[in-house]
Amino acid sequence: MIDSQALERHGLKPDEYERIVRFMGREPNLTELGIFSVMWSEHCSYKSSRVHLKTLPTDGPQVLQGPGENAGAVDIGDVLAAVFKIESHNHPSFIEPYQGAATGVGGIIRDIFTMGARPIALLNSLRFGALDAPGTRRLLEGVVAGIAGYGNSIGIPTVGGEIAFEPSYAGNPLVNVFCLGIARASDIVKGVASGVGNSVYYVGAKTGRDGIHGATMASAEFDEKSAEKRPAVQVGDPFMEKLLLEACLEVMQTDALVGIQDMGAAGLTCSTTEMGSRGGAGVELDVALVPQRETGMTPYEIMLSESQERMLLVAKPGREHEVERIFEKWDLHAVRIGRVTDDGMLRVKENGKVVAEIPNRALTDEAPLYRRPMTEPPYLREAQALDVDALEKNPYFGAKSDAAENAHGPVLLALLASPTIASKRWVYRQYDHMVRTNTINLPGMGAGVVRIKGTDRALAMSVDGNGRYCYLDPYRGAMLAVAEAARNVACSGARPLAATNCLNFGNPERPAIMWQFAKAVEGMGAACRALDVPITGGNVSLYNETDGNAVYPTPTIGVVGLLEHADRVVGRRFQESGDAIILLGEGLGELGGSEYLKMVHDLVRGLPPALDLNAERALQQLLVALAGERLMRSAHDCSEGGLAVALAECCFETVGVGAEVSIGAAAVAHDARLNRAAALFGESASRVVISVVPADVTRVLEQASAAGVPARLIGQTGGNRLRIAVGGEMAVDTAVTEAERAWSTAIEQYFAKRVA
Amino acid sequence: MKFGIVVFPGSNCDEDAFHAAKEVFGQEAEYLWHKDADLKGADVVILPGGFAHGDYLRTGAMARFSPIMNPVRAFAERGGPVLGICNGFQILLEAGLLPGAMLRNKGLQYRCEHVHIRVEQTDTPFTSGASAGTVLRIPIGHGEGNYFAPPDVLQQLEASRQVVFRYTDAQGRIDEAANPNGSVNAIAGICSQQRNVVGMMPHPERACEALLGGVDGCAIFASVLRWVGSPLKV
Repeated sequence: MIDSQALERHGLKPDEYERIVRFMGREPNLTELGIFSVMWSEHCSYKSSRVHLKTLPTDGPQVLQGPGENAGAVDIGDVLAAVFKIESHNHPSFIEPYQGAATGVGGIIRDIFTMGARPIALLNSLRFGALDAPGTRRLLEGVVAGIAGYGNSIGIPTVGGEIAFEPSYAGNPLVNVFCLGIARASDIVKGVASGVGNSVYYVGAKTGRDGIHGATMASAEFDEKSAEKRPAVQVGDPFMEKLLLEACLEVMQTDALVGIQDMGAAGLTCSTTEMGSRGGAGVELDVALVPQRETGMTPYEIMLSESQERMLLVAKPGREHEVERIFEKWDLHAVRIGRVTDDGMLRVKENGKVVAEIPNRALTDEAPLYRRPMTEPPYLREAQALDVDALEKNPYFGAKSDAAENAHGPVLLALLASPTIASKRWVYRQYDHMVRTNTINLPGMGAGVVRIKGTDRALAMSVDGNGRYCYLDPYRGAMLAVAEAARNVACSGARPLAATNCLNFGNPERPAIMWQFAKAVEGMGAACRALDVPITGGNVSLYNETDGNAVYPTPTIGVVGLLEHADRVVGRRFQESGDAIILLGEGLGELGGSEYLKMVHDLVRGLPPALDLNAERALQQLLVALAGERLMRSAHDCSEGGLAVALAECCFETVGVGAEVSIGAAAVAHDARLNRAAALFGESASRVVISVVPADVTRVLEQASAAGVPARLIGQTGGNRLRIAVGGEMAVDTAVTEAERAWSTAIEQYFAKRVA
Repeated sequence: MKFGIVVFPGSNCDEDAFHAAKEVFGQEAEYLWHKDADLKGADVVILPGGFAHGDYLRTGAMARFSPIMNPVRAFAERGGPVLGICNGFQILLEAGLLPGAMLRNKGLQYRCEHVHIRVEQTDTPFTSGASAGTVLRIPIGHGEGNYFAPPDVLQQLEASRQVVFRYTDAQGRIDEAANPNGSVNAIAGICSQQRNVVGMMPHPERACEALLGGVDGCAIFASVLRWVGSPLKV
């Protein structure tokens, strides 16, 4: 009955099938095969990644809940917990951008409120092909509209994020969404089923045929036939989710629940199995009792459907009516579809007749675990070699004009207009970023910061990643991603507490991809350990490739930090003329993997910037201390485009506060102009531009020196021009308004023709 | 005084309005569930932002049938101050408490950003403390805020001075570029003929604390406190 074609359709390998038969002691029927296929899919089982993920640091005194639950949780004082996680929805978003992104947001929100937390902030990290490439704008518009459509409706602000454009994502965009919620630390709810005989309830949207095999789809590569997989993408209903959110939080207040779990990937199958296995129990359900949207659905379809906005919950005995009544208030109907058993089995019935019976353990613990072979990718050595002196031969190197004055100004303007660096206002103004009236650092200002009402505190959060760096060196690239996310949080004045990761890679069955994955996880672990931001959860997305072309290895990381005093939050912008500008950290003129190299020289080469984790840690601690003492008027980290871009961004949206700055040239090439370009646009890590009231300069420099952080007074704010002298030459001299126009209109211009 | 804040299942700015009334202005505030038919003694009623019933049909189209709308209508007829913010404004239009309708924003995108609005009328409960011509910087957040009314209705609105707020630039000048959604006559807010029912697309509750980047929304709350005759308890 089960032939090789059926196996292939289910994404199961012959040896995996043998494993199923061995464990079951018989051939599975088709429903059982379907259940195995989703539970053993890469998406649900982490079969290729688990051995590596185990090496990540997940502990710390601040951690209330590490990986393994619906989301992680950290202690944020005042008996409160921040509950947060990031997740990918790459494959669905490629097939159907609006619904793919929307349901990604819906899914991550459910993960948060399932833990008993009220979601209060969203972030996202997006990757697309080049903005001028065919298809990119359609994907970008669809994804942004989908995120907006869901988040805005449900009333959770999208307070920040990042977007980058690289050709490697053209056939496989990345859509990573992050959600954070607040709960009383003592009220965190878990996804467990226990207590023999307890009622298992189904609540939310009815089950349809949408999304069947979504998890399996997310565990395969794409080819030209992928558009045919559209039925595997689900359709979101934010209003239903809003009802579920409010009703579930109200039920959780009552203490009438044993456990609760959302139905995400692999739907009813995954939620029943996971709840049972966490509680050391079994779950028996009858699919005939499951509310259905379509007629004639088979047990197979009901168990594998990924219809959105559905929850599974286990009520305490005698409290069922209380639970039902609260859902009725919200016009939802909690339906009893089964009960908890003590035999550790997932037992599926249809009108009382058993149609599938599988030990939970077979689906979870016994899932295959692979130590996939790894080899260094053949491209790597060649790509890492960068001969800086050879750049001179490029007629566009560094300076398009021979005039000494403002020789690098045109390059700065071009970098500011490059889509990865340019203002993302066109995107974030489509997101409601102010609802809930907590947002105190608006999008585009650095980390997203939300105050916590009823306390003095605020939470800062940032998601970051740099696929280009990881392509050139996955170990270092992943470290840099952690460092940048934590640094962004520290720039706002918040102390980084913990992290969540989303690991986007190609096909793990290819040794070069697996090598990238392993190295990235290793680098991420090293940085998280050094910066004391344990990973409390996350998500792995593999098979991000189309027609055999993998995306750049792209680990993205979300870091959450705590500000003791919300009113001491620090933003990116210069505040006033006459303030001193101090550069914390040291520029080494590193051009490897830089936006400058890509844009001006059309090269993705070299080693990404070096990262000294001790220096990074000292820098971040200094930033938090300075903010706490109100010594920084603004802080902005140097990332893509280097110091020059960072300085320009400090001037933007300030009603025209300019800056006059003088720095030394780098010493990386024979050519003086190239050395100036390297000082301006090199992307050395662990650097932050801060502005300080003149009277505080000495104190700030002393504190930096005591902390072992290099700090140099490089200029002052004022005027309406951005002037940067490098090694005594006025390399950049541009009106702030002109630079700001280049930066703020670049992305909008791509869409201008379509907007009436 | 007591604020009554109506909660439809899809309201999502209810807590924000509640917070502004209670924590920022130190007033009593109570949620009014849409299935109830009791205003619980509220002196002022706010219909907050959100998407009352999912609004897949038309924003606010179903909310007008909620039981709570009966006492709200009666309260309005008695001259009680009613403020509809964003989706609340849309509901007031659908319920016929205010004239006109909302279309999708020009450009078809949702817009969340700070805008400037000019106070046109000061004889409403929600603008009584402001001076005419004052420019307020207040955020918007909507996809359907493109106010529309047929020419005769519009003429009537203007003639009876029912346009309470208009989108302008920072200097108070009407300007195409400063109109975020394409509203006819740059209308950001209107009042009823009796002037006690006001609907506005911008969110004053989002601009009541310096920490949030602006306090211009305070003018709306302070006005109604003054109008009801309640001392500010801050």
